[in-house]
Amino acid sequence: MIDAIDIALLKVLHQDASQGTADLGRAVGMSQPATWRRLKKLRAAGILKGARLELDEKALGFGVTVFLGIKLATRGRVSLEDFERAISAIPEVQRVDHVLGLYDYRVRITARDIADFERILRRRIMTLPGVGDIESNVLLSEEVREGPLGNLA
Amino acid sequence: MLDDIDRRLLRYLQDDPEQPLSALAEGARIPQATAARRLEKLRSQGILKATRAVIDWRALGYAVEVSLRITLEKSPRAFEDFLTQARTIPEVIEIQTFLGRVDARLSVIARDMAHYQELYRDQILTLPHIADIEALMQVAEVSRREGLPL
Repeated sequence: MIDAIDIALLKVLHQDASQGTADLGRAVGMSQPATWRRLKKLRAAGILKGARLELDEKALGFGVTVFLGIKLATRGRVSLEDFERAISAIPEVQRVDHVLGLYDYRVRITARDIADFERILRRRIMTLPGVGDIESNVLLSEEVREGPLGNLA
Repeated sequence: MLDDIDRRLLRYLQDDPEQPLSALAEGARIPQATAARRLEKLRSQGILKATRAVIDWRALGYAVEVSLRITLEKSPRAFEDFLTQARTIPEVIEIQTFLGRVDARLSVIARDMAHYQELYRDQILTLPHIADIEALMQVAEVSRREGLPL
């Protein structure tokens, strides 16, 4: 049900999702209405889930991004839902993933600087119910790859 | 430099990067022409670097996602060699480098566990300069807010 044109469309959107359907259509050799129908189909299938901005975080005053590995201290009795809700509500928390392995959660945090990060860690993260071991790694570089789109065509 | 209007514009845009300019301008309470001009400026200044589609790999048949935390050997070319080769693996969807206990992280997707095992053996373990690997299997995305608290 996914064909080469859909894949081409996803590749173009991965590069630049800000363009209109006319430009998108031109990039993949389709008319505007046909492009629009394909986008609608990809959204309905749950394959295309919106878009995100890539911003110069430092220029906007967020100089530090940290990934935390968090282990919950008391298994079983701690409400995972409560923990997840509380940590997701912290404005500086950008992403929370439930994982299996050395840690229970992987959390992405943005902060103005290291001092700001320390404040967030001490006042907001370490005070959450059930938090045990925390490991912090400061992000140096990041690339979002196109992924295996080329393998699907 | 950025002023309050730029920040407001980016705040509304990151909430819904696909909204039409008219809606964005209305949300940020500025004329449409101003919104267009400011967005253009933010792009040319490199502050708005890109708007990328979010692709759900599960919906495309990639049921497994693993986060590989990697420690590299202490050698001068380790990062460069490792990153160059990691970029050639299509199933690697994110690459990050860190200051901390781990040096790098790869997000790897696979169709199923058998496919993952094959990728791990043939492509990941053969990456240069790896000293140690720890795997975290993705169970669920609890929350994701790409935006900054502007």
